[in-house]
This record gives sequence, structure tokens and C-alpha cells, in this order.
Amino acid sequence: MKNAGPDSDVVISSRVRLARNLRHQPFPLLATTAQANEVLEQLASVSESGVLDRFGPFTTIRLKELSELDRRVLVEKHLISPNLANESRAGAVVLSDNEAISIMINEEDHLRIQCLHPGFQIREAWKLANEIDDSYESALEFAFDEHKGYLTTCPTNVGTGLRASVMMHLPALVLTQQINRILSAVSQVGLTVRGLYGEGSEALGNLFQISNQITLGQSEEEIIDNLYGVAKQIIEHEKAARRKLLNESYRRLEDRIKRSYGILRYASIIDSKEAAQRLSDVRLGADLDILPQVSPQIYNELLIMTQPGFLQHRYDEKLSPDDRDYKRAELIREQLNKQVDNGGATS
Amino acid sequence: MICQECGKRPSTLHFTKIINGEKTEFHICEVCAREKGEGIPGAPNSFSIHSLLSGILDFDTVASKGLNSLKPQESLRCESCGMSYAQFGKIGRFGCSDCYNAFGERLNPLIKRIHGNTEHSGKIPKRSGLRVQCKRQIEQLRAELHRYIEAEEFEKAATVRDQIRELERKMQQSS
Repeated sequence: MKNAGPDSDVVISSRVRLARNLRHQPFPLLATTAQANEVLEQLASVSESGVLDRFGPFTTIRLKELSELDRRVLVEKHLISPNLANESRAGAVVLSDNEAISIMINEEDHLRIQCLHPGFQIREAWKLANEIDDSYESALEFAFDEHKGYLTTCPTNVGTGLRASVMMHLPALVLTQQINRILSAVSQVGLTVRGLYGEGSEALGNLFQISNQITLGQSEEEIIDNLYGVAKQIIEHEKAARRKLLNESYRRLEDRIKRSYGILRYASIIDSKEAAQRLSDVRLGADLDILPQVSPQIYNELLIMTQPGFLQHRYDEKLSPDDRDYKRAELIREQLNKQVDNGGATS
Repeated sequence: MICQECGKRPSTLHFTKIINGEKTEFHICEVCAREKGEGIPGAPNSFSIHSLLSGILDFDTVASKGLNSLKPQESLRCESCGMSYAQFGKIGRFGCSDCYNAFGERLNPLIKRIHGNTEHSGKIPKRSGLRVQCKRQIEQLRAELHRYIEAEEFEKAATVRDQIRELERKMQQSS
């Protein structure tokens, strides 16, 4: 995600997921190994048959060929779900080279098409996922019922099988203590809010994921429009809160941001929770031009790179939690210093 | 920070639970997280949506007791994959796409509670869509055929019969 996309000072990414199943095959939950492998081979061969060619080059990765650590890295990059990482029997992911499209095979459902766009591009992500769905459908027959729509393993996905979400960075709404009011309003219009890397209202790094809850009874367009409208409102509120902070408490805001920047540039030990909070401050500083030398993009990258699995992968060893905190601080220092050496932000 | 459960290992999982505004912080190690399991995001065996669903289903079981109009659910079973309604109630997930048909209308209260609706109004796949269309047309033609036979208009009936055969062949080809 090198290109930041529209409204990228607030929206990190937009994602759409479609759940689909083949007719006449038991769901992965009940499938025997032979049946699961049959589904895997059928879907892999369709994926490689050329129907996906117009969406760019893809690689099919079978989970059983990966080490546990490699799987964890894919999970932390949000390219596969934890659920699929555990499905080493016949799970696979068809990944576009730019990592914007990730198609999971034998997760909870036979097929899960995921499209990820940087910034606020939920409509574009839906359009792409819809086209990929059409491509698969030209070669396969999906389980579909005229009343219940697309049939899924879990009744919470039945109908459209669509889960659309936007990942938002909302530090100013958290700082001005408006976040809970807004989030509880969001949950009253059929949307769900989650923190990054875990549930609950205390989100790591002030990142919040807003997604649709209902998949049946509304058309895909209605679901996307509803999410788009609500997210747009939240973006405006966040921007207003930032302006308010800039106007009314600039010194305290500047101090907080620069303090966090100082800690990240010089700390020797940092745990993932503090790192996420400090990175959020620095990202806000970059977006508000309080830290013009920092590229906002570094926040997304570092937040992923400082997760435990990613750290272990990078240093190619089994790290103890203490070592992790040490390596994490080292990695953050390296990345931030690199930017300063390069003479500031490039984007 | 040391794990608050065992007091020995360093804590690696930190999370805050807020229930009805009451805030509780947890700092525990991976071993204790595994033991505690329930309610800890990111921990193995964490509380899932499916256990929640089966809670709703249990409610349905209780609520529908005494209503004998429906088939007793113990014997309700999907013939394709063998999953029983009771099993579905426990795990909150279906075994195959035929389960939806097998459990039929009994699912509607659950689905309505999740989605507030029981009718799909979104995308229709072209393939299955064609079959749905054919099915509807055939039903209409059969009714027509019946009328012609009753009116003893056999020539017209024969034409309709041929149309039905043609549609049935089309349906078989598409499946």
C-alpha cells in the first residue's frame, strides 16, 4: 500500500470480503480431508485458469507448505485470518502480487474473496470484489438460495456474504473524549466497531475498524452506501476534532507528539502497546505537519512490523518477550532515523 | 510486568474489558491466557460468535417447547451431510448448504434475530439465477397446461408441454 488514497489522513484502508461456497460440497467444518482437498484443487485450478488474469499476477500459497511463523506474519499483515492460519490441512490463499487481493480457500467458507484498498475507497473495493466474484462464478456454481441468498457456514454471513470495513485512525476523537459517544451511535445503525488486533473499545494505536453487521435483507449497494455515509461522517468529526486541538491546545498537542517522537527515536525497550500509542501520536504529528520530517506511511508499516510474529520473522529467531521489546525499539529507531537521513518525508 | 495470574512469567497479553462501563485491566502471560481462554481476544480458544449463536438457539429450543406443530427437532437432520438440528444448535454453524433447506423455516427466528430480515435482496449469481427463472416459468406453464387439459384443448396443451420439456432440458444443462 504505497499509494495512500483519498482521505488517507484518517482512513488507513478499505476492505471488502465476500463469502462463497460451492454447491454439493460439505462446508470446510464437516469436510473430510479428501473432500477439503478436492475443494482446494478445484478452486486452485480455477484461480490459475486465467479468469483472474485481468486483475494482475497472483500466487497460490498452500498453508501446509508454510512454517508456523510465516503463517503468523500473513495474519499480522491481515492477508489471511487466524482461522485460516490454523487450517493447515487444505487451506490456501491466492494472493495478488501487490497484496491488494487475497482469496482464502477453505477458511470457514470454501471461498473468501478479500479486496483491500488504501485510504477511503470502499466503493472501489466492492466493485473489484464483485468483478472477481463474477469471474469465479463463470467457472463454478455457488451455493445459492432464492430466499436466503448465498449460503454460508455461519448464519451471520448468509445473504450477500458481504463484510465491508474501513480502518480508521481516530486519535483526535479519542483525545477529545468524543469517541465513545460516536462509536455507540455507530452501533445503532447496523454497524460494528472493533479495535485493530482485538475486540473491545480500547483500540490499539487509536485504530478502529467499522464494518457492517447485517448481510441479509439489504442489497450490497445499500450496505456499502450505509457504511460509506457513516464513515464519511466520522471522518468529518475527526477532522473537526483535529482542527479544534490545533486551535485550542496547540502547545499540549505539540508536546505530546514530539515527546512520543523523542521516545520512539531514542528508547531501547518498548512494548507493543506503548509502541502503538506513540506511533499513533507520531502519525497524527505527520498528518498535522507538526512533524514534517516523518512520512505518514511509516505508521502503517511500523505498526505491522512491530507485531510479535513479524519481529520474529524479521530476526529469524524465537524471541522472548523481553528480546522482542528490545528489537522492536531498535527497529523503530532504525526506520525513523532512515527517514531523517533521507531528508524528510518523500510522500 | 509480571503475569497477574501465575505471578511468575512475564505478561505478554494486555487487554481491557469494559462491561457496562466497568473497566477491568488484565496483564497475563500466554500460558495463563490459554488456561483462562474465555473472553480474551487473541488468546487461543477465545469466546466466539458461534457460542453466542448457540445461546440464541438454546433460547429457541426452550421457546418452542410445547409447540407441537413442527417436527420434533431431535429427529431433524440434514440428509446431505448428516448434521442434526441439535448439533447445529451446539456449534452455531451449518455442515453444508443443504442444511438451510433441511432445517427450513425453523431457522427463520434465528436469522431474523441476526439480520432483522429473512429475505435476500442482493446479488443473484447468473447461473443459479437462470435456474430460479426457469423454475418459475415451468411452474407457470404447468398451471397453464392443467387449464388446457381441463378445457380439452389438447393441441395447445401439447405446445405448452413441449415448452416445459425445453425448459427442463435447459435447467439440467445449467446444473
